[in-house]
Amino acid sequence: MSVSFLISQAKSVQKVIDENSAEIEILDQKIGDGDHIFNIQRGLKLVVELEDSIKDLSLAKALNMIAMKVLSGIGGSSGALFGTFFMTMAKSPDLDKNVDFTKACEMIISGINAMKDRGKADVGEKTMMDVLIPVSEKLDELKNESEFKSGLNEVIKIAEERMLSTKDMLATKGRASFLGERAKGHIDPGARSSQLIIDTICKSVINN
Amino acid sequence: MKKFINNNDDFLIESLKGFGKAHSDIINVNLDPSFVSRKNKTKDGKVSLISGGGSGHEPMHGGFVGHGMLDAACPGFVFSAPTPDQIQAAAEHVDSGAGVLFIVKNYSGDIMNFQMGAEMYSGKNDSIVTNDDVAVEDSTFTTGRRGVAATVLVEKIVGSLAEHGGSLEECKKLGEKVNKNAGTMGVAFTSCTVPAAGKPTFDIGDDEMEFGVGIHGEPGRKREKIQPSKTIVGNILEAILDNLKPEKNEKNLLFVNGMGGTPLTELYLVYEDACQILQSKGIQVTKSLVGNYCTSLEMQGASITLLKCDDEILKHWDAPVHTAAMRWGM
Repeated sequence: MSVSFLISQAKSVQKVIDENSAEIEILDQKIGDGDHIFNIQRGLKLVVELEDSIKDLSLAKALNMIAMKVLSGIGGSSGALFGTFFMTMAKSPDLDKNVDFTKACEMIISGINAMKDRGKADVGEKTMMDVLIPVSEKLDELKNESEFKSGLNEVIKIAEERMLSTKDMLATKGRASFLGERAKGHIDPGARSSQLIIDTICKSVINN
Repeated sequence: MKKFINNNDDFLIESLKGFGKAHSDIINVNLDPSFVSRKNKTKDGKVSLISGGGSGHEPMHGGFVGHGMLDAACPGFVFSAPTPDQIQAAAEHVDSGAGVLFIVKNYSGDIMNFQMGAEMYSGKNDSIVTNDDVAVEDSTFTTGRRGVAATVLVEKIVGSLAEHGGSLEECKKLGEKVNKNAGTMGVAFTSCTVPAAGKPTFDIGDDEMEFGVGIHGEPGRKREKIQPSKTIVGNILEAILDNLKPEKNEKNLLFVNGMGGTPLTELYLVYEDACQILQSKGIQVTKSLVGNYCTSLEMQGASITLLKCDDEILKHWDAPVHTAAMRWGM
């Protein structure tokens, strides 16, 4: 993981989220209040715009700047959760040394754990954590493998299955929780956006 | 979408600037990070009250900054919680040494951002979470009930105690009592349109209403055919009374809150219906509040809040207040 990797991933994710924005907006209007897609798009735009300020910085400093930008520029649940993710990654030890696949997995896992603590949500509650927690568990299995590319294909599959599984769940956390039975039948918009992010990043690592 | 808007990115900033100019005698608007604070510095020894939340609920919360109510308010984007840096900056700006009490509505985004803001703020602080919406079942395993219109009452009543020298612990305790003594439920006739979305959040037929709606256009308990006001008000009050179970000799404050698109004529009609129904059940209404205080943009609809009042609550309700949206006694 490097600063240039972060920047290129932010750009790819921004493209994919923009392509799928109409779908995410509709999902959120069904069971939320319709702000999720705008928050995610605003956050990605702010991070992509950071390119010139962070491209020559150390990884720790760049992650910190991304964290503060996400935290102060997004708002809502997404801002707090993704801000927590990057802040935790920035605090990882030994970021000045080479960040290999194992280390990158550990950083992502600790970031997702911090999101879980912040949102106090677990698997089965119809939130983005339904995608992120199983992905983090799979990365924990994969992190020491030298041939991890086939494993990343499984991560892509897990993210998609878990995103789809939110459709029939009752929500117990977040704004959809106020709906009771009426939240059933709709995929969680945060689970969908998180799955798209995982999908994009995994594919780009596999193809490089 | 028909709105007074120049471009979407500047929507909030332009509105905040206008708010600051219109009420420059009592408040200041700070931009980047954005927060509204009192024009006069919080006096030494007075606990500071800070609230905030997504924009689109005006006059909540910026309209409640001033003597006898809040010291600062942090506006987020429309319907999105404010960010931790706003909350931290507002706390640093207003704290006079007696500590800060954060008043937070029970929505996941607000809770998380206020928690982070409180962690980043080094001074003494505590928070209370309002959750007065009886439309939602309460449970320890879920997000629980929403914080809605009773937040206005909490801010007024605790604001007075803070003005009278109440400690951080006393302010928190009174705020929790007011929240526990209050129940709210709302009904929407139309959706609202978030400027960034450009279209209504939900579709609703001309003859339909959303019963138990939240303050962001998020759906409520059920979709029903529209009924006469007395029936709607009766159903709302039934849900509230089931929950609050007021005693016959207890005094109550009745608060009819507009969602932004319903005229005052209708809100007063709702107040009349509610008074009659409560009277027929032997429930005393001794204080009133009617108007648009906790809105959902241009949504048509209203919520009713009943607050059981003891002498302490009554005293602080009547105390002088001078904010952009609420003023009496001074």
